[in-house]
Amino acid sequence: MTQATTAHSAKDATPYYDNVIQKFVLAATFWGVVGFLVGDLIAWQLAFPVMNLNLEWIQFGRLRPVHTSAVIFAFGGNVLLATSLFVVQRTGRASLWGGTVLGNFIFWSYNLFIVAAALSYVLGMSQGKEYAEPEWWLDLWLTVTWVAYLVAFVGTLYKRKEPHIYVANWFFLAMIITIAMLHLGNNLAVPTIIFGGPWWKSYQIYAGVQDAMTQWWYGHNAVGFFLTAGFLGIMYYFVPKRAERPVYSYRLSIVHFWALIFLYIWAGPHHLHYTALPDWTQTLGMTFSVMLWMPSWGGMINGLMTLSGAWEKLRTDPVIRFLVTSVAFYGMSTFEGPMMSIKAVNSLSHYTDWGIGHVHSGALGWVAFVSFGALYYLVPVLWKRKSLYSMRLVSYHFWIATIGIVLYITSMWISGIMQGLMWRAYDNLGFLQYSFVETVAAMHPYYIIRATGGVLFVAGSLIMAYNFIRTIKGDVRDELPYEAPAAATARG
Amino acid sequence: MSILKHHAKIETNVLLLMVGILLTVIIGGLVEVLPLFTIQSTIEKVDGVRPYSPLEQEGRDIYVREGCYLCHSQMIRPFRDEVERYGHYSLAAESMYDHPFQWGSKRTGPDLARVGGKYTNDWHVRHLTNPRSVVPESIMPNYAFLHRPLDYSDIVGKMKTLRVVGVPYTDDDIANAQADLVAQASDTANTDALMQRYPKASLGKKDKTSTSVTEMDALVAYLQVLGTMVDFSTVKPEAITR
Repeated sequence: MTQATTAHSAKDATPYYDNVIQKFVLAATFWGVVGFLVGDLIAWQLAFPVMNLNLEWIQFGRLRPVHTSAVIFAFGGNVLLATSLFVVQRTGRASLWGGTVLGNFIFWSYNLFIVAAALSYVLGMSQGKEYAEPEWWLDLWLTVTWVAYLVAFVGTLYKRKEPHIYVANWFFLAMIITIAMLHLGNNLAVPTIIFGGPWWKSYQIYAGVQDAMTQWWYGHNAVGFFLTAGFLGIMYYFVPKRAERPVYSYRLSIVHFWALIFLYIWAGPHHLHYTALPDWTQTLGMTFSVMLWMPSWGGMINGLMTLSGAWEKLRTDPVIRFLVTSVAFYGMSTFEGPMMSIKAVNSLSHYTDWGIGHVHSGALGWVAFVSFGALYYLVPVLWKRKSLYSMRLVSYHFWIATIGIVLYITSMWISGIMQGLMWRAYDNLGFLQYSFVETVAAMHPYYIIRATGGVLFVAGSLIMAYNFIRTIKGDVRDELPYEAPAAATARG
Repeated sequence: MSILKHHAKIETNVLLLMVGILLTVIIGGLVEVLPLFTIQSTIEKVDGVRPYSPLEQEGRDIYVREGCYLCHSQMIRPFRDEVERYGHYSLAAESMYDHPFQWGSKRTGPDLARVGGKYTNDWHVRHLTNPRSVVPESIMPNYAFLHRPLDYSDIVGKMKTLRVVGVPYTDDDIANAQADLVAQASDTANTDALMQRYPKASLGKKDKTSTSVTEMDALVAYLQVLGTMVDFSTVKPEAITR
């Protein structure tokens, strides 16, 4: 217990295992930088194919899963582990079930899984399903790790001293349970080693249309639960905490929680519009995707309105700025998503960069920004520093990253819609107007703009990492402080 | 909203909350995914779709390994422009032996569902070796490393595994796997039995840089069979209406 810290209240000496949380925070920062860097490298590869360097290990097809796994599972996953295990202890006034031993097991097992998965893709051992590239032996490894996480989280909830389970934990719990279900359902495969094939390889038990539907049942809900429900859990703790205001509506949180987790699961088929998937499934998926708009905005409203009476903090606290902007991006991409799931829109947007732009407005604007906000909150708390090294650097990070996102998503909107229109364009003699490669060539300037936006996003994350290093060392930058809200108000 | 008052029961009981979540998230999958395995009309009844030949399957494994699906779809949608650009829209039946499916989600490059027979073997080899030598504007990486020998020592183990997951390979197919693989990549072998087992297979040595069977041979053999198995001139429209 020596490493554990105790709650501030004198009568309540619950030890919190913050040493474990510290590790997850450091890993999240590291993987964030790595994941963004790899993403930017592959963005440059699309602009300039010479960047593939004629090396099989770093050609686009092998690096792209490294990027997606590094940002979703390594960066996002470590943020989720850090925040959920931090929040579940504090909101329940309970110490982590399993303590340092289980916490460290989860940390090392999860992070070594990520290293092994990345190496496996680079060496050519992908399973060939998007966001589910790890082969069977890595899937089993992750299953063990995830069960340990579930046990630690539920165990901590079980021994909580608060009678009510705080709303953030509902979202974390839904994320953990659903990801377990999806992971097991989508990765059912027979290893070839059983019949004398290579040890590392397997074949999916599903084929063709059934495999496609299972994959997007998984794939869309990796977004819905890992990148949405889990990060809503972060919003529900860190936004009220940082704004020092209660959550706007308790009722809204109940309604939007159950509606969100019920509806999300049905949305998968919108990835398969106009394919060989039966029409009834496509229509069902589209209907639920459109309905999903409502609970999504319920969450956005609950997050934004929590700022009621504290809006001036947007000006004086760059950390709040990250958190609030993330919720705004969440609202934007959860409007764009249902719109793109409408079959008529999807017939244009599908297969184009518009999808990539949509994903990144969610991933960079929502997931990464809410993560940055939570990390900026956590680092001084976990290392017991009075403040961050520099709030000015937080602000620089915010603006540089925001400009990066704007460059990214606007260039992808233009290239995506342009490519979709070029594919279906006819000349006045009734022939297809463009060959495919003409549409590829037309993308070139937008790929450069996108990759430039990526450079800015990487630069922002490096500023954050530097800020964390100095904060942990205990340094405070000599800089002009932001004026206090009271002073700003007085000045009018 | 008095019903919300009862929520206290759920949010004060971990077990109840967990069960509630599981029941809520399981329904969508049960309604949407499970019926696809039981409803007969999900996969059309058309002739010609067969398991991949051993060489094609090795090529498919390379396609998966290199992440080709991240830039190329294999799913033609029923739109006028796509049908004119790529050919007949894709049927579910055409990927019924695809473990895993490779429909893809992005067309950074063109759709490949019917690329089979569209280009010569030589074009494919040159294109994969250096795409810009035949398509100057291409942004595809070079796959020159595919000229190395193919390791097909465990093709039997792979085919036996595929049989377990539902690909109807016969004992005969498996017994002849190695011989079929070598024969398909040869200009001189007797391929009568091979063509009986795997009609429309693309025969002959593709990769002239090596006398042994290379990864290039396998990948091109796979690409050349894509979308060619079903003869659409004999398919009755009512058999494939959705």
